[in-house]
Amino acid sequence: MSIQIKNVSKKFGQFAALDDVSLEIPSGELVALLGPSGSGKTTLLRVIAGLEFPESGSILFEDEDITGRTARDRRVGFVFQHYALFRHMTVFENIAFGLRVRPRSSRPSKSEIRDKVHQLLKLIQLQTLANRYPSQLSGGQRQRVALARALAVEPKVLLLDEPFGSLDAKVRLELRRWLRQLHDEVHITSVFVTHDQDEALEVADRIAVMNNGRIEQVGAPDEVYHRPTSPFVYNFLGNVNLFHGRSDNDKFSIHENATGEVLYARPHLLEIRRQANSGTHFRATIKHINSAGPLVKIEAIAEWGAPVHVEMSQDKFRDLALVRNESVFVIPKEMTAFQSKAVS
Amino acid sequence: MAGTVTLAARGAFSARSTATHATTESASVRWILTGIALLFLGVFIFMPLVVVFAEALRKGLAAYWDGLAQPDARSAIELTLIAAGIAVPLNVVFGIAAAWAIGKFEFWGKSLLITLIDLPFSVSPVVSGLIYVLLFGLQGVLGPWLAEHDLQIIFAVPGIVLATIFVTFPFVARELIPLIQAQGQEEEEAALSLGASGWQTFWRVSLPNIKWGLIYGVILCNARAMGEFGAVSVVSGHIRGRTNTMPLHVEILYNEYQFAAAFAVASLLALLALATLVVKRMVEWRAQHQSASSLGELA
Repeated sequence: MSIQIKNVSKKFGQFAALDDVSLEIPSGELVALLGPSGSGKTTLLRVIAGLEFPESGSILFEDEDITGRTARDRRVGFVFQHYALFRHMTVFENIAFGLRVRPRSSRPSKSEIRDKVHQLLKLIQLQTLANRYPSQLSGGQRQRVALARALAVEPKVLLLDEPFGSLDAKVRLELRRWLRQLHDEVHITSVFVTHDQDEALEVADRIAVMNNGRIEQVGAPDEVYHRPTSPFVYNFLGNVNLFHGRSDNDKFSIHENATGEVLYARPHLLEIRRQANSGTHFRATIKHINSAGPLVKIEAIAEWGAPVHVEMSQDKFRDLALVRNESVFVIPKEMTAFQSKAVS
Repeated sequence: MAGTVTLAARGAFSARSTATHATTESASVRWILTGIALLFLGVFIFMPLVVVFAEALRKGLAAYWDGLAQPDARSAIELTLIAAGIAVPLNVVFGIAAAWAIGKFEFWGKSLLITLIDLPFSVSPVVSGLIYVLLFGLQGVLGPWLAEHDLQIIFAVPGIVLATIFVTFPFVARELIPLIQAQGQEEEEAALSLGASGWQTFWRVSLPNIKWGLIYGVILCNARAMGEFGAVSVVSGHIRGRTNTMPLHVEILYNEYQFAAAFAVASLLALLALATLVVKRMVEWRAQHQSASSLGELA
């Protein structure tokens, strides 16, 4: 089911959590709301769920205006950041909850509920833990139970608030791949909130980058990463080096005293060489080398004294055989220019 | 990331263990402090308790039963049960409602409500009783109207029930407010998003979560409702066989030098107190046991 968010605004006291936000989520997509804390992403998710109501604007599910409906009537599955499992119920009872509270006329029979719960337990690979209490589960297991509980009511939309936020790095990686896989199987329209750009880039079909209650950019992961439309998005989606300078069509020149424009370059788009070339380049002194990991991360000091971060492959690093305090040339392979007043 | 967390945790742990070591006193200081505490408890708590039962049974079991079987004593016990039987359920409803409002919502006048809930604790019970006399007594604000409609509240059972409700109403609310505040409302939101109605959410999710706190509050509320003296004494009028509760009856018997009977009734109150403590301890243990198991799993 598709979701349309039209000009939604929401204030908490004086603080504008959502400021005229519009977003379209096509049916069956997995969309990430990405932004720093306080950017309004969780509020937007809760507005979609009906746990929060906007002051203005409307929410449409499949062309039907549901702005005034309560969470109960919207039939969305919501997965909370801290799981919000019912602590006095077993895993089985937690998953069965949504089916058991249905009005008698539409409530499945006991055996139907049991079958459904076992089917979901199989899906989340926790068949053996049906009689455990939430307190007896690990974080990752709890998160999966929360997901199964939300899926049990066969929601038309699945909403996840920082689904992997409180898990440790390893489990997090596993679970997000599993979520992607699950989505490819079930194909339910899903929206998840995250502040982790890697998570959004890896899992989502599309990413809406949020800042200060507004959506800065919406696009496929590839698009927002490689063609950010604002300095904020550029900054938020990865590491970045900033230079003062000028751009003229595709030609860039770096001047430490230039005003008006700021040039952005990701660390892997800077190249280190021993010889200067005819294009844009500057001198730098290598200060720190971190070669643990797939890429070698190098911190250098530019000739005007500012730190510059460069990333290169291990092969390239071996070929160059760089050492600390060595003086080198840095050549930007690609840069993006933004008006400097827009820098946030 | 994981590495730093472990390191930090280890650091905190070692800091704590050295702190414990540094604040440990020598054996003699520990013995003296423990001794003072035990002596104090013995003189002021344990000995009076023993005296109550010793005095009650001094003239033998027959006299003890006699004291309890007197019609006036029986009616006092009945009245106490009635007063507690009405006050406790009402305060459970009020306590849950108030704690709910305070714990889950932001509204204007919230801190005023919290202060008002504490009022019965901070005001002398005698004053609480007087308030009702001034309100419902013959010379009181509502007195003439009540007399016209032939309704008697002061010096009658309704007054005693009202005074009991007043002095016991903070117990349940006070117990639940911090509990509900700490739990937040995510579980309720989850229940609603799963299609549960407000009523289903309350019975299936909210109430089970506050169960132990509620039981604890009810125990304390009941103990106070049965033991209340001051406020009830002011509104009761001490009419034998009609408006005497157990504590009032004890006082009357004692003033009439019927020591065995007085202590017999008093021993019932003391037993109630002991039973309350035992149940309270059990509830605490259960509640702690549950939260400890969940904490243990978290770590």
